[in-house]
Amino acid sequence: MTAPVQSPEQAGRVLRALYAGYGYQPFRVQKFERYELYSEFRRFLATEKVLTFTNTDGRLMAMKPDVTLSIVQTPQPEGLRKVFYHENVYREQRPGEGFREIPQTGLECIGALDGYAVGEVVMLAAKSLAAIRDSWVLDVSHLGVVMGVLDEEDLTEEKRAAALAAVAAKNVPALRQLGLGGAAKALAGLTALYGPLSETLGQAEALPLPGRSREALGELRALAEQIALYDLPNVHLDFSVVNDVAYYDDIVFRGFVEGAPSAVLSGGRYDKLLQRMGKTGGALGFAVYLDRLEDARAPRPACDGDLLVCYAAAEDIPLAVQTAEAARARGETVRVQAQPPKTLRYRRVLRVQKGAVTEC
Amino acid sequence: MLNIALPKGRLGEKAYELMARAGYECPAILEPNRKLTFENPEKGVRYFWVKPSDVPIYVERGAADAGIAGKDILLEYEPEVYELLDLKMGVCRMCVAGPADFRDDGDRTLRVATKFPHIAKTHYGAQGRDITIIKLNGSIEIAPLLGLSDVIVDIVETGKTLLENGLAPLETVVPISARLIANTASCKFQYDAIRTMCERLGELL
Repeated sequence: MTAPVQSPEQAGRVLRALYAGYGYQPFRVQKFERYELYSEFRRFLATEKVLTFTNTDGRLMAMKPDVTLSIVQTPQPEGLRKVFYHENVYREQRPGEGFREIPQTGLECIGALDGYAVGEVVMLAAKSLAAIRDSWVLDVSHLGVVMGVLDEEDLTEEKRAAALAAVAAKNVPALRQLGLGGAAKALAGLTALYGPLSETLGQAEALPLPGRSREALGELRALAEQIALYDLPNVHLDFSVVNDVAYYDDIVFRGFVEGAPSAVLSGGRYDKLLQRMGKTGGALGFAVYLDRLEDARAPRPACDGDLLVCYAAAEDIPLAVQTAEAARARGETVRVQAQPPKTLRYRRVLRVQKGAVTEC
Repeated sequence: MLNIALPKGRLGEKAYELMARAGYECPAILEPNRKLTFENPEKGVRYFWVKPSDVPIYVERGAADAGIAGKDILLEYEPEVYELLDLKMGVCRMCVAGPADFRDDGDRTLRVATKFPHIAKTHYGAQGRDITIIKLNGSIEIAPLLGLSDVIVDIVETGKTLLENGLAPLETVVPISARLIANTASCKFQYDAIRTMCERLGELL
């Protein structure tokens, strides 16, 4: 049993230590970015809205809504680059809410990716969740499985997008109504599957699927074998994990912890982004949305502190201090002041007056 | 225990009947009182009535594990939820409606009155048609009659209200019915309970 992480700050510290322990290097990105970076790769972002301002040299700048783009655009050394970050990003979480500062921790593995590196990143995603809560689930998919099925039909872009949206919402009735031909049945079969990675993968392998889908299942099988080396029982297969196919076409995953109503971790392999930036190799990473852990925090404490000591006059201060220090030595939190605060609650309130300490 | 958000009104009552037939009854819900939540621990369900347009909010934010919502609400707010079943009740259409003889000459911006601005924008956006949205909260049919708008985008069940006001459905935007939706995280941590509910409801449809 690990103690549940209580705050986003605490989670950030725990996760940074985890990634450093696996040899990932800290990476600090600059606070502002050129706006063009985001306008050019808009679809890679989780949001279309970017907070912009004009710099003193007249260039349009942005408060970064995402960290991955900032990391990927920097020069890529030879071999494999493993970095982690802890940054604030600025974006609108829900339409109409306005921009918010959101703390985000994550890692990226870029360059000469091999099977081990892929497995390691997925394992670290799972361990990130396990470090935050005992009760967690990491859902893993490979977009090639679903895309392979869609490739078999001659579909318009619009219909493909609608099919992917239906898969993401586990909306089997919509899949049947879209007129996808033979793909509808296969997608409905894939969407219905959910459970532990290795076991559920066996069920997917038994489905009649086209070649590209089978190749993707093969990659998932290799991943499952590596994940089995670690004690991570809550890694599940779920084909409804669908990231933007403009950049993702491989392993994708999403993580949940009990108490948070939506995914707190999201990631995947985005080689296509690298290619669009004119770089070679592979790239895989994930981000943990620390603000979403606020929803999963323990209930608010009933009191603001253990003890409030109120003194009646200046001559009562020495006894008030003595009383407070004694309580602090016992590990209690103590506030001392003349009048009790109107909006705060304390487990005990003591009043010091004319050399006497009385409980209120 | 599964928390289930039901939409207040006729649709919610019909949806509860279906839930009860599927084995998730909670007799207390039928008692005339002002309570808002109803629980049957034996069946592992707690129901609560909320405004229909609020159902996806309760589900998306995890206050409800599952809920019954109209497809119109889901299309308008696009909540991040799983849409697990078409309950085939509350069946109607989202339509463009207007004077029966209305002709859109394409020469001017089309004025569209609606309670569903996102659906209207998406519909006309796909056609590349320039529109101006007039967001109303009720009695939409009156807008074209008083010249507030050219057309409306609204739910049409029988078309009787439109007909009585000299209006007619001009185009179907999308068919509508009630859906069983579920919170994404609840589907991970209460997977068996939600899957069983889905299967039992599915058998009745």
